[in-house]
Parts: sequence; structure tokens; C-alpha cells
Amino acid sequence: MKDLRVVENEIHVPINSDQDIVAARQKGRSLATALGFSSGDATLIATAISELARNIVTYAKSGEIQITVINGSNRQGIQLVAHDEGPGISDIPQALRDGFSTSGSLGLGLPGVKRLVDEFEVVSAEKSGTTVTAKKWKP
Amino acid sequence: MDVPILKQGDFLIATIQAALTDADLLQLRTGLVQKVVSCRARGVIVDVTSLDVMDSFASRTLREVAQMIRLRGAETVIVGIQPEVAFAMVQLGLKLEDVATALDLEEGLAHLSQRSASGA
Repeated sequence: MKDLRVVENEIHVPINSDQDIVAARQKGRSLATALGFSSGDATLIATAISELARNIVTYAKSGEIQITVINGSNRQGIQLVAHDEGPGISDIPQALRDGFSTSGSLGLGLPGVKRLVDEFEVVSAEKSGTTVTAKKWKP
Repeated sequence: MDVPILKQGDFLIATIQAALTDADLLQLRTGLVQKVVSCRARGVIVDVTSLDVMDSFASRTLREVAQMIRLRGAETVIVGIQPEVAFAMVQLGLKLEDVATALDLEEGLAHLSQRSASGA
């Protein structure tokens, strides 16, 4: 395997309410800071977690955010996995276009989060939930 | 987490002291709009110096606060957005369109006083 990763640390935050959004982003920031991310990058990570957790609360009501330390070949990073078993996204390319939203919000959720991180992937199907994976590497 | 709203002359000052949930933000919005009415305030400052994340909901709620307060004939200034927070907001694509911002409380007060003095 070219990209072998060893999990060192993993935090699971259940997301059921707006209070959990705050808890998740605070945990993410602490982990990022402990890992040596700059304050600016830790803020980007915390903001990304906030948006992903918000999507769970808004669209799926409940789900989970996993924050994991990942090791690349010569660098470390943080992986965020936001998972829910909500209604799912039927048209992912549309959801990733700036300005699109089905809930009357700003409609910048996913494309905005994508800009905050280095790698971004959405796996979803209608009625079977959504999993968003985002990675941020330490420079 | 309740945000205290202080009255200083014609102005109201709300200083956010810890991370706010969505419910806290909505409560702040209601509280500010009500207090602008009851105090006949002409200006409002929301100090976000201690906010370490401004996500889409916080940004939208603050914009709504400013719009509602403008309809009452008063002006809102958001002060103290941290550099890292500003960076993340721009990356995320958030704009505080039509909302006045200032570096800190002092500049925010100066902005409101100036506006008040010019009879706007």
C-alpha cells in the first residue's frame, strides 16, 4: 500500500443537537492544536467540523463525527468523517456547487467546507445516509 | 450561555464571552432586538473577540440582527473578529454584507458616535 496510515488517536462525537456542534468543534480544535497545527489551521478544522455537524443536525437530525489523527508517508493530519443515516443527497455534484441548498440556508455548506480542507469526499445515496470525509494535512 | 447586554448612553454592547450554540445565538438576536426597542438605543455593538469559530449559522444570525436593528432605525457594528476567524470565514464563503465591522470595542463606539453626531 502506497499510503499507509496508522491511527493514533480517534474521537467520536455523537451529533444530536446544536450543543453537540459546539462540543465537536471544540474537540477538533484541541486535537488539532495538540498535533501541532497552527492556530489558523486549527480554526479552519474547527469551522469545517461546525459546518459538517450542522448539516447532520439540519438534514439528518442525528449522526456522528469522527476526528482521527492520520499519518501519511511523511506528514500528519486530521481526518474528519461526518456520518449520518439521514435522507442522503440525491445529486452530489449539485450539492457541491456554490449557492445550492435545499434548506433555505446560505447554501455554502459543502463547497465551503471543501475549501477549508485539503481532501474532501462525499459518499451518499438517497435514503441511505451521507458520509463526508475531509482531510487536513499539517504543512 | 447567556450574552450580557449592557447599556452605555444611546448604545447597547453585547459581549460574547464563550462559544455559543445556535439556541444561544437566536436568544441573543431576540434579546438585542427587544432591548433596542425598550432602551430606544441608536446603536448596537456585538463584540465577538472571544468567538473562535464563526460558522454559517453564526454569520447569518449576526447579519439578521443587523438587519432587524436597522429596521428599528439603529445601527449594528460587529467588533473583534479574530484574524484566523476572518480567514476561515472568507474561505468558507461567508460575508457579513451590509454589516458594519470595526477592529475593537473602542473603534466600534467611535463609529457609532460619529454616525450619531452626523445625525444619520
